Amino acid sequence: MLQLKRSLLAFAGLSVICGLIYPLAVTVISQAVFLEQSNGSMIINGKQIMGSRLIGQQFTSPKYFHGRPSASDPPYDASNSGGSNLGPTSAKLLSQVQSRVSRIREENGLPADAAIPADLVLTSASGLDPHISPLSAALQVKRIAGERKMPESDVERLIHQNTEYPLLGMWGKEHVNVLQLNLALDNAFNGRR
Amino acid sequence: MTLNDWLCILLLPIILIILAFGLGEFMAKVFSGTRTFLTPVIAPVEQLLYRLFGVDEKEDMSWKTYALSLVIFNIVGIAALFILQAIQGMLPFNPQKFGAVRWDTAINTAISFGTNTNWQAYSGEQTMSYLTQMLGLSVQNFLSAAIGMAALVAVIRGFIRKTSAAIGNFWVDLTRSILYVLLPLVIILSLLLVSQGVVQTLSGSVTAQTLDGGRQIIAVGPVASQEAIKEIGTNGGGFFNANSAHPFENPTPFTNFLEILGLLLIPAALPFTFGAMLKNRRQGIAIFAAMLILYLGGLSIFAANEMHGNPLLEKAGVTSGLNMEGKEVRLGIVNSVLFAHSTTVTSCGAVNSMHDSMMPLGGLILMFNMAIGEVIFGGVGVGLIGMLCYAILTMFLAGLMIGRTPELMGKKLELFEMVMALVIILTPAILLLLLSGIAISTNTGLSSLGNSGPHGLSEIIYAFASTAGNNGSAFAGLNANTIFYNLTTSLAMLAGRFSTIIPALAIAGSLAGKKIVPASTATFPTNGLLFVIMLVSVIIVVGALTFFPVFTLGPFLEHLLLMTGKTF
Repeated sequence: MLQLKRSLLAFAGLSVICGLIYPLAVTVISQAVFLEQSNGSMIINGKQIMGSRLIGQQFTSPKYFHGRPSASDPPYDASNSGGSNLGPTSAKLLSQVQSRVSRIREENGLPADAAIPADLVLTSASGLDPHISPLSAALQVKRIAGERKMPESDVERLIHQNTEYPLLGMWGKEHVNVLQLNLALDNAFNGRR
Repeated sequence: MTLNDWLCILLLPIILIILAFGLGEFMAKVFSGTRTFLTPVIAPVEQLLYRLFGVDEKEDMSWKTYALSLVIFNIVGIAALFILQAIQGMLPFNPQKFGAVRWDTAINTAISFGTNTNWQAYSGEQTMSYLTQMLGLSVQNFLSAAIGMAALVAVIRGFIRKTSAAIGNFWVDLTRSILYVLLPLVIILSLLLVSQGVVQTLSGSVTAQTLDGGRQIIAVGPVASQEAIKEIGTNGGGFFNANSAHPFENPTPFTNFLEILGLLLIPAALPFTFGAMLKNRRQGIAIFAAMLILYLGGLSIFAANEMHGNPLLEKAGVTSGLNMEGKEVRLGIVNSVLFAHSTTVTSCGAVNSMHDSMMPLGGLILMFNMAIGEVIFGGVGVGLIGMLCYAILTMFLAGLMIGRTPELMGKKLELFEMVMALVIILTPAILLLLLSGIAISTNTGLSSLGNSGPHGLSEIIYAFASTAGNNGSAFAGLNANTIFYNLTTSLAMLAGRFSTIIPALAIAGSLAGKKIVPASTATFPTNGLLFVIMLVSVIIVVGALTFFPVFTLGPFLEHLLLMTGKTF
């Protein structure tokens, strides 16, 4: 009985420290020091929240760069993250990949045997991956330049400007933030008109 | 693989060794009650807590009292977490207005977080209120890790003490683990994570007007505070369903590195703590070396295999057949492999990629890491306990070879220690095989599968390897949120936890009561290379003998069929 009483008291005391004081203190410090990051790195245009710099969005219009396919339903559901969990010998996965590959070849006017970068036809773990590889962006340049009647070199320059590199050249892979790239594209396009 | 990939893999252990050594020495001081640089700040709080709990700091407990206190305290936590989930709808900090969690899911989650497993049958952002995440799940992240550390410290005392009836004070070990070790580390880590973009807010979801003309509801929450303890305590339960793959939990390659380091840190430091408390630092180094050899061995096979890609994808038109399914672009293959390997050798179970979509042989390595009992670094505290049991088994075998009564660090190993060590090593393995057998022979078990063919078998084996080993990661294609899986995995988690901790404390009690035999020329040294090689071999042989049949029918078979182009 003595140990039960101590258990209850210890549980209550440690719960207050670990479950209230600690998270609330971290919240207060974060909100004071890292206001933007702690609230989700939101991109705000006037009063309207356009999305988060860290959370991918679904793009289907041909004038925008397209991101990775998303396994969440609907795609890029930022209130229900998750991957497909399809295994490497899954027939369903392979048929999905085949249809995505042919769609991307068709949309971008690529030859029928062109290999497509893996990230553009395979779903991410979170369903919210905000990035694609620079190669996946490059293969969309021709389509976007055509749609927007911009020189391809301008579009390529924007990709270059929005590419992030691995930490110290080692950790991670080169990646392009699709939402930021598309915002830059809209800005450049509006600026020119 | 490129040179940079290898550098990235090699730098991690180097940084880990440096940090783990420092932390290991620090923890040795904390658990021996020596002054540290944190003492002036923390000691007053510590004393206040002892007075509140009604604990006498000087009390020394027998192993039975220690075990009883530990078990009661753990059960109180599990019960409280169950109740919190049932009444969260009536409590504050619930901006999404989530109601009570379904009974079987709530039992499963309470046991899961109480046993340091953090198996998640639910989707965080769709189920749990902020209060449940903070006051329920986060608290258990701290407590279950601290309980593991306390149990280990008691076992270490079993080796240090001579003819003593006591192994320490559970309440003191528990409180010190939290105040001196876990809290300082998580405060630093959580703020570093926020600075990189991990969210930390009490406001509800944000609605965004997307660029391409849609609406997106973005779940946020007090994530960073939970993320930090999730790694440091080797818990692994994500705030969000996608866990550390979610950009709000793990936004950059830097946070990814911090998280991998965080989840390896305490388990890697504890062998050094062991060496320091034993006043035999070479012993700590020897055990760390055995862990590191196993870690790097599995990692290189896994990385080379995953980088090789999937020939079926290549045929479908994917460049090099690179297996990016279930992986994030900012992290890439190497950092996904590093994370997956690290999270399964420790009992963390956080994921930054979907393990279900890994290549078959990669999946095999992950299952092996868990099935041998999480001893390659392992869970906070319990990992080293498991490793010491393998060391007992190793010395028993060595004793047979040289014809002497086995000894480990001056303590004679007899029938009682051998039996308890085998209970610890074999119980999770037996449960894993038994429960997998039940699952594949019932329709209820099979109806949850997300993939068919040998991969389906792998999903079931993985689920029970993960829960019996208190890991918590998943081949998440398996729909585990059914009454069948919620109850069977709960059983596996409880048995996995207590069949380790209680026999370990029994060993501690028995060892503490023995004399320390001075080393002689006939003593088999346990801090040299020969011991390390034997220990590593014993672990591999035990793992291979126990699991060869199921691994052949699951991942091996899938690998062979994949090579012939077969799909399911």
